[in-house]
Amino acid sequence: MRFHSRSPDATQAAAGLLAASLPGDGLLLVLSGPLGAGKTLFAKGLAEGLGVDPEAVTSPTFAICSEYDLADGRRLAHLDGYRLESAAELESAGFLDLLVTGTIILIEWGERFRDALPADRIEIQISRPDETPTHRRLDAVASGPTAARALAEWGSKLVGEIGRQPELPEEKDG
Amino acid sequence: MAAAVVRGGTEILSSVVQGQVEVHEPYGGVVPELASRDHVRCVSAVVEAALAQAGVPSHELTAIAVTAGPGLIGSLLVGLSFGKALAYRLGVPMVGVHHLNGHLASAELADASLRAPYIGLLTSGGHTALYRIEADATPQLLGETRDDAVGEAFDKVAKLLELGFPGGPAVSAAAESGDAAAVRFPRPMVNRAGFDFSFSGLKTAVALEVERRAERGALGAADVADIAASFEAAAIEVLVSRARQALREQGIGRLTVVGGVAANRRLRAEMANAAVEDGFEVSFPPPALCTDNAAMIAAAGSQLLARGDRHGLDLNSFSRGSGPL
Repeated sequence: MRFHSRSPDATQAAAGLLAASLPGDGLLLVLSGPLGAGKTLFAKGLAEGLGVDPEAVTSPTFAICSEYDLADGRRLAHLDGYRLESAAELESAGFLDLLVTGTIILIEWGERFRDALPADRIEIQISRPDETPTHRRLDAVASGPTAARALAEWGSKLVGEIGRQPELPEEKDG
Repeated sequence: MAAAVVRGGTEILSSVVQGQVEVHEPYGGVVPELASRDHVRCVSAVVEAALAQAGVPSHELTAIAVTAGPGLIGSLLVGLSFGKALAYRLGVPMVGVHHLNGHLASAELADASLRAPYIGLLTSGGHTALYRIEADATPQLLGETRDDAVGEAFDKVAKLLELGFPGGPAVSAAAESGDAAAVRFPRPMVNRAGFDFSFSGLKTAVALEVERRAERGALGAADVADIAASFEAAAIEVLVSRARQALREQGIGRLTVVGGVAANRRLRAEMANAAVEDGFEVSFPPPALCTDNAAMIAAAGSQLLARGDRHGLDLNSFSRGSGPL
């Protein structure tokens, strides 16, 4: 799925709609994009959609992992792989402990450790398609059945609530 | 991983920091405190070195202060577990310390004449925050960053400009020959009420500028210098402006700047200018106390112990916020 965001607020709102599309037992979200693309902003939107104060969500680059307890008993784990060099360091940061039912995991720079990640996941790539400073393109791909259902739900919410038609990607594998 | 022996909360008998900068430098990391397995390997050696340098046998220790958070859980757990075990074996009290309160305590450790109340500006790779410090009380958080820490911004700009690590000194060195007025980068949040910071938008603006110039050809040394200088000017102006605002609105005439970015020369110079203009006093602990160290944790722990604070062996580490502290 592809979505064009024309402002930071739209990116944050889109992430909030993803939050409302996630299954009750959790899912892995891999977020990638260059420095300054808006990954932490996306995390703020996701957290807000899950009932967490977005102002409390800051860059996890320093602590590697920030955890938030949700009102419904679930948990949000916001990770940053920026400082990690290997899957072993990801594991050392406690990644395996997070893979439990009810935890939504959002990992920035996680595409660097694909082999160490569960297969059922949504990968979201944020990019700047042109020189407009606030224009971002979000490309999301699901791999695995749970992720595919959540992605389809997210797509329909984006169409319905933001009123923008997400473009269908030329090809997708999930 | 670091260990220190401090007497009376103010006298540093030893302070050992197990430098991991070399280990992580190739990765362009931010803070050299990554792998908990490295911590497991070196915790005993670091503690023993601190005791040996102080000339203090472990049975003479009267209390143990240990960092409980925030930070990387795995690394924190190593230190916390070791601290608990040591306190248990020696039969002395243990107190968990908030890493940021440790940074703030470095000010009084460096300058025994410093008296509360004062404003503490904490600037590091993981945190950027303003505190009001009163005697015998937990530092009061006035405001903090809503996204990136200022040191993190320096590190990431260093990466965008393909400068070395650590990013702070690398950006400052590149900035020396640059024109700070070359690019008018945003000064996020400075005109908003409250004391919060934001550095993510500034980082994005630098990324856009790098991209814009790269489209016209590879970045030359002059481009890098101008962008570094303009970025540094913007980041420092935000810190100085927020600190002045805090002093003014809180009616306090004393400021201390702690954390790794306190070593930045432009920050020191501009804060000193502001101090003259506004009539406040400012101090910066020496760099060895500004970067992460254990002496500041001991100093903060001594303050807690003096107030009667103790923690049980069930104390847990935490990644963000203030956890159980």
